[in-house]
Amino acid sequence: MSKRLRTRYMGLELESPLVPAASPLTATVESVCRLEEAGAAAIVMHSLFEEECRRDHELLHHFLFEQAIGHPESDDFLPVPDHFRTAEEHYLERLQRMKSRLQVPVIASLNGDSREGWAEHASQLAQAGADGLELNIYHIAASVRESGADVEQRYLDILTSVRAALPRLPLAVKLSSRFSSPVHLIHQLRKAGADAVVLFNRFIEPSVELETLKITPQLQLSTPAELNERLRWAAIIRAQVAVDLAITGGVHTGEDVIRTQLVGAEVAQMASVLLQRGAGVLGEMRSTMLNWLERHEYESLEQLRGSISYARAEDPSGWERANYLDTLDQWRP
Amino acid sequence: MAAPMKQMKMMDGNEAAATIAHQLNDVIAIYPITPASVMGELADTWSNAGRTNLWGGVPQVIELQSEAGAAGAVHGALQAGAKTCTFTASQGLLLKIPNMFKIAGELTPTVFHVAARSVATHALSIFCDHSDVMATRTTGFALLASCNAQEVMDLATIAEMATLEGRVPVLHFFDGFRTSHEISKVELVSRAQLQQLIDPDRVRACRERALSPEHPFIRGTSQNPDLFFQSREACNPYYHAFAAIVQKAMDRFAAVTGRHYSLYEYSGAEDAQRVIVVMGSASQTVAETVEHLTAEGEKVGLLNVRLFRPFAAERLLQQLPASVRALAVLDRTKEPGAEGEPLFKDIATALFSACSEGRWPGEGLPRLLGGRFGLSSKEFTPGMVKAVFDRLARAEGPREFTIGIEDDITRLSLPWEEGFRTRAARSQVQAVFYGLGADGTVSANKNSIRIIGEQPGRFAQGHFVYDSKKSGAVTVSHLRFGPEPIRSAYEIQAGEADFVACHQPLFLARYPMLDKAKPGATFLVNTPLSRAAFWQSLPQPVQQQMIDRRLQVWLIDAYRIADEAGLGQRINTIMQTCFFALTDILPRAQAIERVKAAVEATYGKRSARSAQMNLKAIDNALTHLHAFTVPQRAHSLIPIHRVDCADASAFVREVTAELIAGRGDRVPVSRVPADGTWPSGTAAYEKRDLALELPQWEETLCTHCGKCVFVCPHSVIRSKAFPAALAQGAPEGFKAVPIKGAKDFPEQTLISYQISPDDCTGCTLCVEICPIHDKSNQRRKALNMVPKEPIAQRERANWAFFRQLPEFDRTGLKASTLKGSMLMQPLFEFSGACSGCGETPYLRLLSQLFGDHLLVANATGCSSIYGGNLPTTPWSVNPEGRGPAWNNSLFEDNAEFGLGMRVALDQQRAYALERLQALSERLEPQLVAELATADQSDEAALRAQRQRVARLRQQLAGMDDPRARELHQLADKLCRHTVWIVGGDGWAYDIGYGGLDHVLASGRNVNILVLDTEVYSNTGGQTSKATPRGAVAKFSAGGKPVAKKDLARIAMDYEHVYVAHVAYAAKDVQTLHAFQEAESWNGPSLIIAYSPCIAHGFDLAGDNHAHQRLAVDSGHWPLFRYDPRRAAQGENPLKLDSKPPSIPYAQFARTEARFSMLARANPEASRAFLQQAQREVDERYHRYEQLAGLSWSPVEGRATSDAAAPTRQAAGDQDE
Repeated sequence: MSKRLRTRYMGLELESPLVPAASPLTATVESVCRLEEAGAAAIVMHSLFEEECRRDHELLHHFLFEQAIGHPESDDFLPVPDHFRTAEEHYLERLQRMKSRLQVPVIASLNGDSREGWAEHASQLAQAGADGLELNIYHIAASVRESGADVEQRYLDILTSVRAALPRLPLAVKLSSRFSSPVHLIHQLRKAGADAVVLFNRFIEPSVELETLKITPQLQLSTPAELNERLRWAAIIRAQVAVDLAITGGVHTGEDVIRTQLVGAEVAQMASVLLQRGAGVLGEMRSTMLNWLERHEYESLEQLRGSISYARAEDPSGWERANYLDTLDQWRP
Repeated sequence: MAAPMKQMKMMDGNEAAATIAHQLNDVIAIYPITPASVMGELADTWSNAGRTNLWGGVPQVIELQSEAGAAGAVHGALQAGAKTCTFTASQGLLLKIPNMFKIAGELTPTVFHVAARSVATHALSIFCDHSDVMATRTTGFALLASCNAQEVMDLATIAEMATLEGRVPVLHFFDGFRTSHEISKVELVSRAQLQQLIDPDRVRACRERALSPEHPFIRGTSQNPDLFFQSREACNPYYHAFAAIVQKAMDRFAAVTGRHYSLYEYSGAEDAQRVIVVMGSASQTVAETVEHLTAEGEKVGLLNVRLFRPFAAERLLQQLPASVRALAVLDRTKEPGAEGEPLFKDIATALFSACSEGRWPGEGLPRLLGGRFGLSSKEFTPGMVKAVFDRLARAEGPREFTIGIEDDITRLSLPWEEGFRTRAARSQVQAVFYGLGADGTVSANKNSIRIIGEQPGRFAQGHFVYDSKKSGAVTVSHLRFGPEPIRSAYEIQAGEADFVACHQPLFLARYPMLDKAKPGATFLVNTPLSRAAFWQSLPQPVQQQMIDRRLQVWLIDAYRIADEAGLGQRINTIMQTCFFALTDILPRAQAIERVKAAVEATYGKRSARSAQMNLKAIDNALTHLHAFTVPQRAHSLIPIHRVDCADASAFVREVTAELIAGRGDRVPVSRVPADGTWPSGTAAYEKRDLALELPQWEETLCTHCGKCVFVCPHSVIRSKAFPAALAQGAPEGFKAVPIKGAKDFPEQTLISYQISPDDCTGCTLCVEICPIHDKSNQRRKALNMVPKEPIAQRERANWAFFRQLPEFDRTGLKASTLKGSMLMQPLFEFSGACSGCGETPYLRLLSQLFGDHLLVANATGCSSIYGGNLPTTPWSVNPEGRGPAWNNSLFEDNAEFGLGMRVALDQQRAYALERLQALSERLEPQLVAELATADQSDEAALRAQRQRVARLRQQLAGMDDPRARELHQLADKLCRHTVWIVGGDGWAYDIGYGGLDHVLASGRNVNILVLDTEVYSNTGGQTSKATPRGAVAKFSAGGKPVAKKDLARIAMDYEHVYVAHVAYAAKDVQTLHAFQEAESWNGPSLIIAYSPCIAHGFDLAGDNHAHQRLAVDSGHWPLFRYDPRRAAQGENPLKLDSKPPSIPYAQFARTEARFSMLARANPEASRAFLQQAQREVDERYHRYEQLAGLSWSPVEGRATSDAAAPTRQAAGDQDE
C-alpha cells in the first residue's frame, strides 16, 4: 500500500483522502465492506436522523400508553414486541457490526436541527465505538424572528453540548454554504471544539408539482460543477482556521480529489459518484491520484496539501472577486 | 430449612389464570372474547417470548376461527396426548358446549378458564353474571368458582391437580370485569411449588390414554339403544369421587403453599340463624358485611360455594351451622320460567333430601329464599347484603326476590339502605379518578396500585369502569388501599372516597364525582384556569358540595406541564405524582422515587429521552400543584349539564335521558322494555362536545361536491337544499348560497353545509378531503378548522335552524352523483365510534341511500357496539317516520340472520300477493296489477308503490273480510325492502365464514357489507384471516406469517354474486356506485370495504384518507367491481377500478405501526414479509387484470343456462 496518499483527518490516520460520505451506500455492513475493499480510507455512516428518533419516541408512547381509548372491550391494540428496538438502537447495532468487520475508521453521522438530544445520541454513538462523529446540522432558518446570529448560535450550542459530553471524541460539523461569513462561523466552531468541518451539505430542494400544486421533494445527485464553490471556501478557510477540512459535493474523479488536497482539504467525501458508478470508482481515483503525483513529481499528497490555498496561492485574489469581471466579460452567448 | 420467600405480584384475575394455564399446558387454543381475551393474549405473548411450561416446552398457542373451533382443537389436542386448555366467556362458552360434552364424556382431564359474562338475550352485554357458566351444567364438566385474583391463581392450580387425578374436566370460572380485571395483590404459586403439586405420573397417565397408532384403539364410537345408557352411567364413580379429589387437592395445595381452601366454606357466627349462600366475587362482599354484622352481635353467616358441579350436597350441608333458621341462596343468573335459579334449586334439593333422610341436624327445615343479583355486573354492595339478611329475618313475603334493582312490576326487589357501610370499608383509603379514555389515567392508576401493593404489609385493589363510547370516553378508576386484604368487590360508594381526582376539567359539570367524596376529602383537579377563573367555571351544585364537604382542593395545570416537558397531552405521570404527594399512603419521597423508577423501567432502556421527559414532568408536577381555598359561598349561575331532550318522546325523557345522566341503575323495571325494543335515533340527544376545533364552511369557495359529507365518520357535517324563502328567519351567521348546477333543482334553491358543533369530534377528515383551495391561498379551503369556542354558540343556533329545514325531495336528487346522494338525509348519526373511524362512513352512506326501506342484520363487533350500545343509538328516522330497522343476533350467525330476514320478507310479500289476487275482484283492477308488478327500482317508483299501498289500505278498510284485514297488515310488504348484512372481518372471514358462504351460495337477494379493518377491532386487535402478511396484531406478535384471504375472489367464483372491493377515500364515486349496484342486483352482493382502524397504528383523525390512498396505490387494496349482469350481456363481469400498483408496497407499510413495528423488532423478518407482500400484490393485480381482460362471449349452451343467472327468485323478488 502506497503511503503517498496518506492523510490525517480529525486525528484519524487515513490511508488516503477517499472517504465515502453518508449515503445509502454506507447504511449496511455488506456495502461498507465492499467500499473498504475498493479503497475507502474511512466510512461516514449514513445519518441517524433526529426525526426518526423522535418518531420512535412517539411510537413508543403510542404503544405503551396511548392505545387505550377507554373502552371496556379493549385496553390496547398493538402488542409491543419484546424485541422492539428504536432506529437509534438499530443504528448502534450496525455501527458495532461495522466496527467489528472494518479496519478503517467509522465516523457516525447525526442529522437534525433541534437543540435537544444531540449529546444523548452522540454519547450512545461514541459508546458503540464510533471513531468520530459528523454533526450534520440541517437547519432551514424559516422564521422572521431568527437572525443569522441565532442560526450560528444554534450550531455552536449543539456543538458545545456534544463536546461537553464527549471531550475526546473527534468531531466534525457538516455545514451549509449559506452563511454570511462561513470563515467566522468556522473559527467559532473550532474554538468550541470542532476538529473538522465538512463543506458543504447539499439540501434536498423541493419543487412544485403543477397538476396537484403539491410541494414535492427532489433528490438530485451532485455534479462536478458543485465542486468549485467548495474549493474556494476550503482555500480561504485553510489559510485562517486551524481546522481539518473535508470537501463533499461534486467530487467525481481522482483529479477532483487532487484539487481538494491542493486547496487544503484533508479528505474528499463522495456519494453521488459511488451511487452512479459503484465502489470500484475508488480504485480508479486512487490510480489517477498516484499517476498524477508521479507525473507531477510530488512525493505525497501531504506535500501538495494546501499549496494553492488562499495563503499560499500564487495569486490569492483568484479566490475572491478579482476574476469576477474578467469571467463575465469573457462569456459569450 | 428456611421457608422460601413469598413472591407477591399485583395482577388481575385474567393474568392469574393465564400464569398457571401457561405453565401447565402444552397446547392452548384461543379465540378473542371480552372479558377473557386477555388470557389468550398473555399466553400468546409469553409463548412468543419463549417462556416454557413446567415440562420445559414452549406451549403452542393457536388461534382458531371461532370458540367452537377452539373447542374442537382442544378436543383433538387432548385426544392426541397434549395437556391442553382454553379460555373463554359468554357466547364463546356456549359455542364450546358440544365439545365439552365430548371431552367430559371421554373423561379427559382439562381445565377451561372462564371470565363469566352474561349471555346475550334481549341485549348483548359484556359484563358479568353466571348465565354462561350455568348453561354448561349438563356437559359433565366440574364447575369451580374463584372469587378473587388470588383464588384464581390457586384454584387454577387445584383444578389442574384435580382433573389430572379424577379425570373429570374442570370449568374454572371467575367474575368477568370484576375478578378478571380487578388488580390486587397475589401470592404466586412458584414453579417449585407447581413441581410438588402436579403429579408427573398423572400427567403421564393422561398422555398414555391418548390416541396412538403404536397402541391403537377407537374412541368416539356411535352407540345404539343397547349400550348408550349404560355407558353414561359407567362414569358415575368418577363423579362420585371427584368432590373428594378436589378437596384432597385443596388440602395438598394448603400443605405446600399455606393457603387453605374448602369446597364449601362457611364464615360468620357459629350460631348463625341467617345465612347467605353465594358463588363468585359477591362472596367477598358478603364476607365483609357478615364480619361487620357479627361484630355488632348479629347471628349471620356466609356459605361460599366453590365447587358447584359435581354438587356435593352432604359436604355443603355439613358446613352450615345447625342453628340456621333461614337461608338466602343468591344466584347471579336468571332462568326465566324456572321455579328457582340453579344454585337455589340444588340447595333446596340438598336440604329436602337431608331432612327427609334425617341427616339435617337442625330443628326443622330452614326457610329457603332464592334471590337474583348482579346480572350484567349490576353492583352488589354491603347495603344490599344487609337487605338480604333483613329479608331473612322476616317470615312473610315471597320466597323469590331480586336485589340491586327496583322492580315495580312483579315487586320482587328488596329495598336497601344506600348509606350502609362496613367497618372494613371505613378502614381503607379510597380514591376515585375520572379520566379521559385516552389520557393514560387507567394505566397510571394500575401503576400506582402496583407501587403501593408491592410494599410489604400493604394491600391494594384497582377496579376500572369504562364508558360505552369509543371516542371521548370517561374512565372511572376505583382504588382502595389498606393494611388488610381487600374484599370489597363493589365500586367506591357515595361519601366514601378520601381522594377524588378530575383529570379532565369538562367532566366536572357532567359527572357527579363529588358525590363520592367523604367530608374533608382531597379533591385534585387538572385545570388550565387561574384559581379565580376555576371557581367561576364551576356549576353551583359543585361549588356547594365543595363547601359542604369541606374539601381540600388542589389545582394543577397538567396539560401545560406535559406540553412543556414534551409529552403533549399525556398527563398520566403528572397526575400520578400529585396523587402520591397529596395522600400519605406512602412517604412522599419514596412514592415519587417509585413513580420515577416505573418510568425508568418503562422507557429507560428503550428511550432515555422519553424517560427524561417524564421525569421532568414529575419534578415539575409538585412545583405547580397549588392549594385552592374554597370560598365560603356558592354563587355560580352555571347549571349542571343536562340532556337537552325537551322535544323528545316521553320515553327518551324518562329513560334515555336518565341513562345518559348516569342514573340508569335507578331506572325501575316498569320503565324498561321487556323485549329489548328501543326507539331509534337517540344518539342525537347525547351531546358529547369533544371537539376543540370545528370545520367552518367557506361558502364562496365551495363547489357543493359533497365529499365532506361523504367522509364524515359521525355524520356531523350535512348538506341540505331548500327553497330560498325558507332562509328567512335564519339565525345571524347561518350560511346558505344558491346551489351550483341549478338546472337540476327548482328555481331559487339554496344549499347549506352545516356542522353539528356538539357532535363533531374534530377529526378534520372533512377538511382533508375538501378538494377546493383558494386560488390565492392554497392553505385555505372550502372547509377549514377553526377554534370551537368563539363560534360554538352561533353554530348551535345554526344547527337547530338547519335541523328544522325540510329534507329535499329524494325523487328529485341524482343519487348516482356524490352531490345528489349527499343531499339525502343520513339515518345513521353521531355514533360513539372512534374519532376518524374508517367504518362509519359506509354505514352512513347505506342509511342515506336505502335507509327508509332497510333492514340491517349486524354481526357483533365494533359496528354493533357503536351501532347498538345503549344509552343511545345512532340508527335514526326520517321525517316520515321511516328508517333503518336494526338488530344484532350473534357474532357467528349474522349472514344467516340476514338471510332469515330476506326469506321472511319474501314470504310475507308472497302472502300479500296471494291475498291481493284473492281480493282482486273487489279492488281497483289497475291498482292490483300495478301493486303486483310495478317497478320499484328508483326513488320515484318506490314512492309510487307506497302511494298504491296507501290507496289499497283505504279500499281494504271498509271490507269485513279476514283476508282483507290480513292484507291490510301485510300490504307494506308489497313495497321494496332491502336487507343489508353488516359486520367486520372477524365475522366474515372467520367465525361467520361458513354462514356467509352459504348465504352467497343461496342466491337470495341480500347485500353483505364487510367492514374490513383487517383485525378483530372490537376486542382489541387480534389477528383475523383478513390480517395482511407481516402485520403485527395480537396473536401475531411476530407478524402474520401468511397472506390475507382473498374473500372477494372466493365470492366471484360463484359467478352469481355481485362483488365490490372499495375504499371510500381512495375513490368515493366507485364506493357510491358499488352500493347502488349491489342494492339493485337481484341476488347476493358482497361489498368488502377497506376500513382503517386505530389498530393499524396511525392517527385516524387526520390521516385516515391518506392511508386509504396508499393502500390502493400500493396494490394492497385494489378497487374493483364484479357485476354478474355484465356477464349476462356478454361482457366481462369484472371491472378494475384502480390502476396497477404505482408505489412500492413498503411505502404503504412503513406508514403504519402494525407493519413498521416489526421492522423495528425484527428487520429481517419484516424485509422478507414486505418482499413477499410486494410479489403478492403485483401478482394479485396481474391475476385480476387477466381475469378482467378475458373475453366473456357466451359459450355454447351457457348463455341460456340457469347457472349464469341468479337462482333465488323467491316469490316476492322483483327488484331487478
